[in-house]
Amino acid sequence: MNLLVLVVDDEPDVEVLFRQQFRRDLRADRFTMEFAQSAPMALQRIADAGDRSLILILSDINMPGMSGLELLPKVKAARPDVPIIMITAYGDAETKRQALENGAEALLTKPIDFKTLRSEIDMRVERAA
Amino acid sequence: MRRRKVGGNKLKTQSLKALRRRNTSKAALRRRSLATGKKTNVARLIREREEALEQQTATSEILQIISSSPTDLGPVFDTILASATRLCEGNLAALWRYDGEVLVGAAHHNATPEFAEKYMTMVLQPGRAGPVRLAALERRIVHVADITAEPGFSPMVLQYERARTVLAVPLLRNENLVGVMCMWRREVRPFTDQQIALVQNFAAQAVIAIENARLLSELRQRTDDLTKSLDDLRTAQDRLVQTEKLASLGQLTAGIAHEIKNPLNFVNNFSAVSVELIDELREALGGAHLDSKLRTEISEIADTLQSNLDKVVQHGKRADAIVKNMLLHSRQGSGEHRLVDINALVDESLNLAYHGARAERQGFNITLERSLDPTAGEADVFPQEITRVLLNLISNGFYAATKRKAEANGGDYEPTLAAATKNLGDSVEIRIRDNGTGIPPEVKAKMFNPFFTTKPVGEGTGLGLSISHDIIVKQHGGSIEVNTQPGEFTEFRIVLPRGAATIAKSEERP
Repeated sequence: MNLLVLVVDDEPDVEVLFRQQFRRDLRADRFTMEFAQSAPMALQRIADAGDRSLILILSDINMPGMSGLELLPKVKAARPDVPIIMITAYGDAETKRQALENGAEALLTKPIDFKTLRSEIDMRVERAA
Repeated sequence: MRRRKVGGNKLKTQSLKALRRRNTSKAALRRRSLATGKKTNVARLIREREEALEQQTATSEILQIISSSPTDLGPVFDTILASATRLCEGNLAALWRYDGEVLVGAAHHNATPEFAEKYMTMVLQPGRAGPVRLAALERRIVHVADITAEPGFSPMVLQYERARTVLAVPLLRNENLVGVMCMWRREVRPFTDQQIALVQNFAAQAVIAIENARLLSELRQRTDDLTKSLDDLRTAQDRLVQTEKLASLGQLTAGIAHEIKNPLNFVNNFSAVSVELIDELREALGGAHLDSKLRTEISEIADTLQSNLDKVVQHGKRADAIVKNMLLHSRQGSGEHRLVDINALVDESLNLAYHGARAERQGFNITLERSLDPTAGEADVFPQEITRVLLNLISNGFYAATKRKAEANGGDYEPTLAAATKNLGDSVEIRIRDNGTGIPPEVKAKMFNPFFTTKPVGEGTGLGLSISHDIIVKQHGGSIEVNTQPGEFTEFRIVLPRGAATIAKSEERP
């Protein structure tokens, strides 16, 4: 089974960083990662994912154009089965409330704690297997 | 109440009878009267001129004294009483001021020490028990030819001064009583109309002097009030400017921090992952076939890279701490506010700071003093933020006291930090005082500015007091002030309104 994690962030270096951080998992083909640099691009990737098993979406909130919080309900409408974790530089209570009310699974603050993120992904990989 | 009124009419009648007895013939009467009339006319005119001159001189003297001592009425009253006694042929005189309820002795002239001590120190209530009180009660002149004929009337004046004839004149400003002036004679000889008018004239001058002094002191009071409110306004303006300046700097700081935070996150994340990659590189090298010289060379380069990355990680974390502090400027309203026991908060902060400092520095020690007001009570605050401020102030205090101890090189200096709370009703006060190095004026002026620090590089971000100021003033609507003496002490005084968090929130709304 081909498991997919989608990462949405307008910073292109996020892809480089994630590929290095999860290099062992990617090498071992535990899952694949796809990257979208905007919300519309993310919706396109989700539509394109087809029968590949999308196990998790990670999305930045502060993006030009459509923000992560605006993207959230659209993703939920398209794929209600896929959990979404929001990532933000602003860890304030209001953002957290909005994210959780709109169906986000969790809210992580930057700088990302990769240990936490890894365990989130591992949990879903094991569940899917 | 019996009182004998004595005027000039009775005396005039008596002298006419005598004249009639002496002059029998009409002609003789006419001749004599013409001759004596001329003589007495001239003598009277001369006497009148002399008297007028004397009165004028006395009046101008009094006016001079009024103008030279406008607030001190003592010399004015003394001169008035002395002149009046002399010109009206009295034996002694006194003056009382009326404060709206009672008469208080203000001045006396020619009085015996007993009289001055026993009578003038008494507080007199307007009433009917004496001419002075009666003049005050009825606001009119009281003229008594012989006080011995009035039982119970001024027994003390009689006892100490053997005074007989008395003239009491009320001091009136418009319709208001401001005092009483009184003159006595030690014989039974009523005052003439002219003398009464003269005493009234002096009384009027006393009223002018009193009124002058009152207006002047009112004017001074008003000037003082105005000066004070002007000073208050200036202080408030300074504070406002300072607050606005800090607020805009705070916003700017937060903006910059956000911009820096993202690239800084990359620096930290990439350096962390690179540390792992170097480990992997070493593992990979372990399995490779290389000659020993090359292996050593590569291994050395890997070591250097690793230690460089450690430095990047270390300084990246330092920069991250600064950015996090900067961001706290814009994080107001976040977190939760609730009713908190202020004493408990101060006590916790003291313990936290103390154990933190001991863990950080070997051999750290300081005497902690707590004087917490048991009635300090609760306030609605963001407890995390207030704790942050207190930790900041306390650790600054520790730093200053430790520094002074190091400078004193032992000696009998004992580093001390005192925390105090006080119930101010609608607000609560927290004081943090250390007996450290104090703050010089040039530092005091800038210490609330962001990034201002006197600590060595790497030891302070220069944001502690700036953030503390924002938390107390902007987030809680309170105040933070510093009182310091270089080389002696520093004391921070925080005042928090009881409903601090709610007040600050409602003020945020447009």
